[in-house]
Amino acid sequence: MERSLMKGNEALAEAAIRCGCKCFFGYPITPQTELSAYMAKRMEKSGGVFLQAESEIAAINMVLGAASTGVRAMTSSSSPGVSLKAEGISYMAGSDLPAVIINVQRGGPGLGSIQPAQSDYFQATKAMGHGDFHIIVYAPCSVQEMVDTVTLAFDKADEYRTPVMILADGLLGQMMEPVTFPEPKTELPDKSDWAACGHKNKREHHIINSLFLDAPLLEAKVLERFERYKAIEENETDAELYMCEGAELVITAYGASARVAKSAVTKARSEGIKAGLFRPKTLWPFPVKELAEATKDAKHILDVEMSMGQMIYDVKLATECRIPTTFFGRTGGVIPTPAEVYDEIKKLTGGAQ
Amino acid sequence: MTTEIILAGFGGQGILFTGKILAYCGLMAGKELSWLPSYGPEMRGGTANCSVCISDEPIGSPLVANPDILIAMNGPSYNKFIDAVKPNGLVLVDSSIVEEECKREDITYISIPATDIAAENGMNGSANMILMGRMLAESGLFNIDTVQKAMEKCIPPKRANLIDVNMKAVKIGSESK
Repeated sequence: MERSLMKGNEALAEAAIRCGCKCFFGYPITPQTELSAYMAKRMEKSGGVFLQAESEIAAINMVLGAASTGVRAMTSSSSPGVSLKAEGISYMAGSDLPAVIINVQRGGPGLGSIQPAQSDYFQATKAMGHGDFHIIVYAPCSVQEMVDTVTLAFDKADEYRTPVMILADGLLGQMMEPVTFPEPKTELPDKSDWAACGHKNKREHHIINSLFLDAPLLEAKVLERFERYKAIEENETDAELYMCEGAELVITAYGASARVAKSAVTKARSEGIKAGLFRPKTLWPFPVKELAEATKDAKHILDVEMSMGQMIYDVKLATECRIPTTFFGRTGGVIPTPAEVYDEIKKLTGGAQ
Repeated sequence: MTTEIILAGFGGQGILFTGKILAYCGLMAGKELSWLPSYGPEMRGGTANCSVCISDEPIGSPLVANPDILIAMNGPSYNKFIDAVKPNGLVLVDSSIVEEECKREDITYISIPATDIAAENGMNGSANMILMGRMLAESGLFNIDTVQKAMEKCIPPKRANLIDVNMKAVKIGSESK
């Protein structure tokens, strides 16, 4: 396969087209805009629809409508725009609709900055809208992994009938790296057993809805959905373990900050410090079993994020607070350097033994 | 081995493009690489910059903090990055624009009037390629065939006339004193 050079944002768009995404609805926002621009250029040529909506709220509800008909649909935005989509995502979860939502995170709260950040972890994994629900959240850390994750995201959205989020950030969206693409998908899952795709008076019509005024009926719906979440938690967790074998200090980090941490861990190891990196590729479900494996020799965990510390709560829960866990992060759009992380490693380990 | 490069200057001097050519050189040479531009408010007020990493190993952080190679095309960028260059690093400046004097003695410092050289050769706007040419001659990072291939891959066919202009500037740069 030929390697090409692409920005993360563009690669996300090309990958979506290749896995059969037929509808893209969005509203421009930095640092995500190249994704929309790529879709505007390519979507029509590949037989799909690109539409720049009047707002993020309109865009997410267009995704809801398109997904209801059974086609693969997607929207993308950056932090403040994703907040606006929260209601629509809750409605989609409540209607069991598959779709892919991309968040190329920037600094917050409010309009914040337009530089890379990871401060939407809570939103993505804990409360992406009101009500009892989860969405699958993937956290790629390279342009190639963004491509691979888009394919996975569409497949898992269809398999479990749930919205799926790819939680990227401005650094991953703006950077270029070599990338290879899979062949375009020709066969997509059949959704005619539930989608509102036309019944020609030959079957009962399908209803896509999230309103259930009968409380026991809604409870049953939610319980059924949580059975699916259980299956997702059992089957879909994924993580990368880097140099965790024998690691006395394990760094936990995802996405862009994991790349920074990896550089620091490599340096530490080259100097005889027993450090490793645990990088969750799924944030919900959080890879609990994988973290246990990664920290089996650990005396200390250092959680590194581009936020004030959000994933650290999942790390502590997953380890049941058995391992002392320290936090290091930069926020507001500031990217930590490998040297800063390395200094933290040295502080915690006392350097090479 | 990993080579970390920062290119910096005014918007419009072709900083991001130069970084892109180096990234494409890495692609054509079968290397691991990353290219990360500055964007947003950083781009206003003097310093457009980009980080390029070329390596035999997968790249960790794509944001270069301490470069092996710095190409600085204006004063503000020179001042912003000069102290960050690694000891024994390579620094190239466009002395047509950068007036600052280098006080560091632990680096290889090359100062060429790239903007003037470009103008003398009737190729205004090619100072970036002249500096890149000199940098490649000095560092041996990529050979001229790789640069040619990178240009052909990076520049779209309808602007193919730019390939020869750029290559000419790279050659002038590589032979400059």
